[in-house]
Amino acid sequence: MNNFEYREINNGDGRRLNREAEEEEEDDEEDDEGNGRGLDAWERAYADDRSWEALQEDESGLLRPIDNKTLYHAQYRRRLRSLSSSSTGSRIQKGLIRYLYIVVDLSRAAAEMDFKPSRMVVVAKQIEAFIREFFDQNPLSQIGLVTIKDGVAQCLTDLGGSPESHVKALMGKLECSGDSSLQNALDLVHDYLCQIPSYGHREVLFLYSALSTCDPGDIMETIQKCKKSKIRCSVIGLSAEIFICKYLCQETGGSYSIALDESHLKDLVLEHAPPPPAIAEFAIANLIKMGFPQRAAEGVISICSCHKEAKVGGGYTCPRCKARVCELPTECRICGLTLVSSPHLARSFHHLFPITPFDDVSPSTLSKNPHHKLPKNCFGCQQSLRDPGNKPCPCVVCPKCKQHFCLDCDIYIHESLHNCPGCESFSQSKSVSGTMEE
Amino acid sequence: MTPVTQKLYTDDVSLLMVLLDTNPFFWSTSKSTSLSFSNFISHVLAFLNSVLLLNQFNQVVVIATGFNTCDYVYDSSSSPTNQRAETLLRKFEEFVVKDEQLSKEDSVDGIGNSLLSGSLSMALCYIQRVFRSGSLHPQPRILCLHGSPDGPGQYVAVMNAIFSAQRSMVPIDSCVLGVQHSAFLQQASYITGGVYLKPQQLDGLFQYLSTVFGTDLHSRRFLQLPKPVGVDFRASCFCHKNTIDMGYICSVCLSIFCKHHKKCSTCGSVFGQAQTNAPSTSNQKRKTADT
Repeated sequence: MNNFEYREINNGDGRRLNREAEEEEEDDEEDDEGNGRGLDAWERAYADDRSWEALQEDESGLLRPIDNKTLYHAQYRRRLRSLSSSSTGSRIQKGLIRYLYIVVDLSRAAAEMDFKPSRMVVVAKQIEAFIREFFDQNPLSQIGLVTIKDGVAQCLTDLGGSPESHVKALMGKLECSGDSSLQNALDLVHDYLCQIPSYGHREVLFLYSALSTCDPGDIMETIQKCKKSKIRCSVIGLSAEIFICKYLCQETGGSYSIALDESHLKDLVLEHAPPPPAIAEFAIANLIKMGFPQRAAEGVISICSCHKEAKVGGGYTCPRCKARVCELPTECRICGLTLVSSPHLARSFHHLFPITPFDDVSPSTLSKNPHHKLPKNCFGCQQSLRDPGNKPCPCVVCPKCKQHFCLDCDIYIHESLHNCPGCESFSQSKSVSGTMEE
Repeated sequence: MTPVTQKLYTDDVSLLMVLLDTNPFFWSTSKSTSLSFSNFISHVLAFLNSVLLLNQFNQVVVIATGFNTCDYVYDSSSSPTNQRAETLLRKFEEFVVKDEQLSKEDSVDGIGNSLLSGSLSMALCYIQRVFRSGSLHPQPRILCLHGSPDGPGQYVAVMNAIFSAQRSMVPIDSCVLGVQHSAFLQQASYITGGVYLKPQQLDGLFQYLSTVFGTDLHSRRFLQLPKPVGVDFRASCFCHKNTIDMGYICSVCLSIFCKHHKKCSTCGSVFGQAQTNAPSTSNQKRKTADT
């Protein structure tokens, strides 16, 4: 348990570095991310039974860790390409306002120890990471938690926008017993999701440990009911594929997958964090009236309308009725106007204006057309694009501004920054985009 | 905002990324602000020298934010220490000449805006490289010395850069030299936990810089730094680029409009009912949430 906790801390610390930085550190580790970072090989949890597969023989017969930097980059390129090909349409429509219920199976099966220390703990850990990632990517969306225990579905938290409260509620309720019931959970979630406004996307994500479901009635009817209410149900299984789950996902347009191990489970769960493509019939597009309150200066005393207390500083003023609220996003208690701050909206703009994938510049293409001169340094970080032998390293080039970038910058730019430094620092591109928007 | 200290940094070694606004249109019209460009540079040079003297491992990188382009001007880790000012000024001159050559149109209405989004993105890429260099590295921060007004066309790019900085816990400090407040930089400093300052008297710029922006992030906790005087969180609408405090949001793509439209210009979705029923649904929701 101790070991687990340590890894948890380590995980949180290295979270932002996971993607960009860590593959650079020449730790000879398999690509289970974040797991025991910074620990020596013998200190780490015994995660992979086939640790010898992470080694390869070099020319002189010495054993070396597999160069996972290029491997990792290739993997990332594939992901990027599949993403960009799926959104080739000229207009990108995504369901950015999501109402998602996460259903956690806490039946007897969740105590199984095939995931270490148990399925339940692993699932809880992944959900915590998922909730944070979800709110980072979907700032105006809401999550609710439901658990299944003893054949009964229970609502753990109502739909809400604060990651902390969900995580706290889940961590406090980690005990399992009894059977699992898919139908009870669906019925409960259906009742809740029917109430949300029509423009929101209704989604359910099951994390299902059990191999059976113990239902009070006809589950097929319930599935049809969910289909009619346009609730998209997805299931991530932890043991084996079950027909009823597959059927549920097929009918409602969700995805069904089975986790092979912990890192695979993490990938599967995080796949649900980016907003799904909007399907016209699932949610009716609508214009929502919203207000952008200004933050008041520090040290101003006023009474807030949400807690009805006098507070010093740090509040926001509703632009319509001038009431004071403490936190955003929220709804004004007085006039009902949805209040958001523009940064909340801007957080999701990169989904709308994605940057084009960069093209590979491999040494072979360079030798074919020698007039193509490679710059000495990466445009973004000034890292040298030559290896110690003054041979060109693999690098990428932006198709728009023709600037060269190193592989690390490529990943950082596409996964976190969402800006091409080259395009942004030439005014031609700026004037073009300026005229486009006018 | 003190999550910065969680990392395994050495306490007080800083990496200071300085973004200098070199927009010629701003500096030629800045007579009213009583600070000429050469004066500005000498203030900044003195400041950079003092930062480098504070700790022998301190590192300073200067990026010029031009009107047509952005570029690295100076990196203290790769330049000789004895001719700091000379190298910086020489590169600076080259940059200004290049910036001028790139400009095509001669007539610019007003001051124009410099490419803040570009230099911010470059600075963040550089900081990522420092993060990659190992577990012991200087604490990075970004200082924007900015004078030109905000360019509405850069809104999305600047916001993307701000969120990326927030995610990697890099504070963006800003010192506004122009006449108006900069909403971009106010938000940048607020979101990333940096300091926003608009000096009253620009002749004393060096004093402002050294007292407010000179200290490393660790020592900052012990200082009384300027408090923000409110942050402008209003958005600018996509249709007319107006700054609005109430508007309509497309439910599919969250584009902002100042008027009611039939069709979203960003994602092309056609809107159903008018906004009239929006308050009622939200009222219902509020009631059900309470019960």
